[in-house]
Amino acid sequence: MARYYFDHNATTPVSPEVFQAMAPLMTEVYGNPSSIHQFGQEARGVLDEARRSVAGALGAKAEEIVFTSGGTEADNLAIFGAAGHVITTTVEHPAVLQAAAQIPSATFVPVNQCGVVDPEAVRAAIRPDTRLISVMHVNNELGVIQPLAEIARIAQEAGVLMHADGVQALGKILVDVGELGVDLYSVSAHKINGPKGVGALYVRKGTELRPLLYGGPHERKLRAGTENVAGAAGFGRAAKWVREEAAAEVQRQQILRDRLEQGIRARVEGVHVNGGGAARVGNTSNLRFDGIDSEPLLIALDLKGFAVSSGSACSSGATAPSHVLAAIGLTKEQARSSVRFSLGRSNTVAQVDALIDAVVEVVARLRKLAPAYV
Amino acid sequence: MSGGVDSSVVAGLLRRDGESVIGMTMQLWNQKRIPETAAEGATGRCCSLDDVYDARHVAQLLGIPYYVVNFEDRFEQQVVKPFVDEYLAGRTPIPCTLCNNFIKFDQFLEMAEGVGAREIATGHYAQLSWNAESGRWEMRRSVDRGKDQTYFLFGLKQEQLARTRFPLGGMEKTQVRELARELGIPTAAKPDSQEICFVPNGDYAAFIEGYFREQGIAQSATSGEIVTAEGKVVGEHSGVHHFTVGQRRGLGVAAAEPLYVISTEPATRRVVIGRSDDLLRASMGVKNVNWISIAAPATSIRAEVKIRNKHLAAPATLIPAPDASRVEVRFDEPQRAVTPGQAAVFYQGELVLGGGWIE
Repeated sequence: MARYYFDHNATTPVSPEVFQAMAPLMTEVYGNPSSIHQFGQEARGVLDEARRSVAGALGAKAEEIVFTSGGTEADNLAIFGAAGHVITTTVEHPAVLQAAAQIPSATFVPVNQCGVVDPEAVRAAIRPDTRLISVMHVNNELGVIQPLAEIARIAQEAGVLMHADGVQALGKILVDVGELGVDLYSVSAHKINGPKGVGALYVRKGTELRPLLYGGPHERKLRAGTENVAGAAGFGRAAKWVREEAAAEVQRQQILRDRLEQGIRARVEGVHVNGGGAARVGNTSNLRFDGIDSEPLLIALDLKGFAVSSGSACSSGATAPSHVLAAIGLTKEQARSSVRFSLGRSNTVAQVDALIDAVVEVVARLRKLAPAYV
Repeated sequence: MSGGVDSSVVAGLLRRDGESVIGMTMQLWNQKRIPETAAEGATGRCCSLDDVYDARHVAQLLGIPYYVVNFEDRFEQQVVKPFVDEYLAGRTPIPCTLCNNFIKFDQFLEMAEGVGAREIATGHYAQLSWNAESGRWEMRRSVDRGKDQTYFLFGLKQEQLARTRFPLGGMEKTQVRELARELGIPTAAKPDSQEICFVPNGDYAAFIEGYFREQGIAQSATSGEIVTAEGKVVGEHSGVHHFTVGQRRGLGVAAAEPLYVISTEPATRRVVIGRSDDLLRASMGVKNVNWISIAAPATSIRAEVKIRNKHLAAPATLIPAPDASRVEVRFDEPQRAVTPGQAAVFYQGELVLGGGWIE
């Protein structure tokens, strides 16, 4: 059975060029970048090149990039590194949400029904002891883009550090940390066809942060531990793709995404676009099907070869209610009826059309079984 | 798939027969909610992560798609809440039957159809067969008498049975374990589950108290008096949910001969106690009767009736009431501890005729 992947916000496959860039690091170039000898120098060269490439994709300087084990560590480094009261939103990724929950009296600013946070609400939450505002650039479930630059200006006026979780933004919209005015920005390689297990935190020059890990003086003393050179090399190559090719690819994906949404809504009644009223990235579509339980819908689509997702998974692997959909005011039932489609480089028009057919068929079957929907 | 031996073997057998199989585990209950019912090393805890891990491992070995589906809300509404309500109403509930009637063979069956499956197969010990003459699905006790679960399955309707398979009904448990080893199932030696899955240590009173605390319901409302059948007050108790008909322990009343709970009266919150003989009943009413292997009888029929899972089915006459959903049961010999809220299941030898709830 052919399998089609429509879950690129969860992760993406490593692209051939990234794989190629990483291969020598597993075999020939195995030195420790901290070593003085030529083995070490080779590895150092690869790491520096990767750092420049990732910096370039963010509009940052190489020395402002701290490699981490992924987006989660980058978010944690920003939040715990700032060491003080933190303001964030109710729709963040758990990496920010759960980290912030460890900070006593952290503030969680609500969002509107499209998932967008009001910058003035963030301003109102600022306290004398506030050290950090953390707002995600693009929401992973809805694809909604936050007014980051505006919030960053508010942070700057208040003398508070501004962090953004940009894991879902890189490769989907243009990211320029200078224009955004953020001090800290988290990214992850595996969302842009790079490898899993590597990410980075942009730390604007002059920003004081405490490390999470203590040890050797790696990564300007912000992240101890021998560098994941192969991972960084893969990240660097993936970032090069973002710099050079993402803009055209994003347009292609947006056309496919719109085709998917229009195709489904033309043939199925009672379909709503969660977050549809806000500015969204081009690859994400979060659809709500009246009267449908997303769990059998997702499983039925998987059995037909289409990988999509709903909400988040709990530790057992069962679908858990989405905090994001609750935050935009959906009832439990509405949240349970929602499915996320997220497109990527491998998706084609033919795949999208096949997905539309599959959704139409499964939704019709489910509605027949549970005629609660009229 | 619970992660236990039985459902794992079912999946393995179907796979071996070349069937197209999807594995599913229902997430029913979060064990952490009522910590006082935890049991160290207990098996058959619903949805413990270890059990899900085992089920997933089996599915991976068999090479079948596998999903954990979230039934927590439905389980609480359809099983846990009625369990608590019944207990407080002085009846002794059977959550496994509620789970079979309203979750496994209802909403789960619908889930299975929703994902495109024709039938569900479970590890229940019961036998099903089609009787072309009567045009009905018939249910029989399992070959392994010790494992027979027909007492909990009396509520299944014909259209549910038509889409259900019980591949283990014709086997001894020892055969099932043998098959598990043959099929390379890693949980072949896993012990059988014993207690109600969401109360792993079997302490129902502690569960109900814990659930009350979690829901913010005040506790005092269930304590009351212990009285004799003549109405004489002989003691006090801390809550009717601590008592079930036929119970001997925990009465805290000194007497020359053993005393038992005869009934609980939730309205007055009284627990009535008496001698062993006071527990005997010659007849009982059964409501919400479901007929399986036969159509609803128009006149009296003979049957053997089970009033508890471990009860030896007792010969009786079933007299249909004018209201077709009710049956009057007259035992040949009076039976001990006829307990309202428990199921009465009607057999003719191996054949399961049907059953209902004791009034």
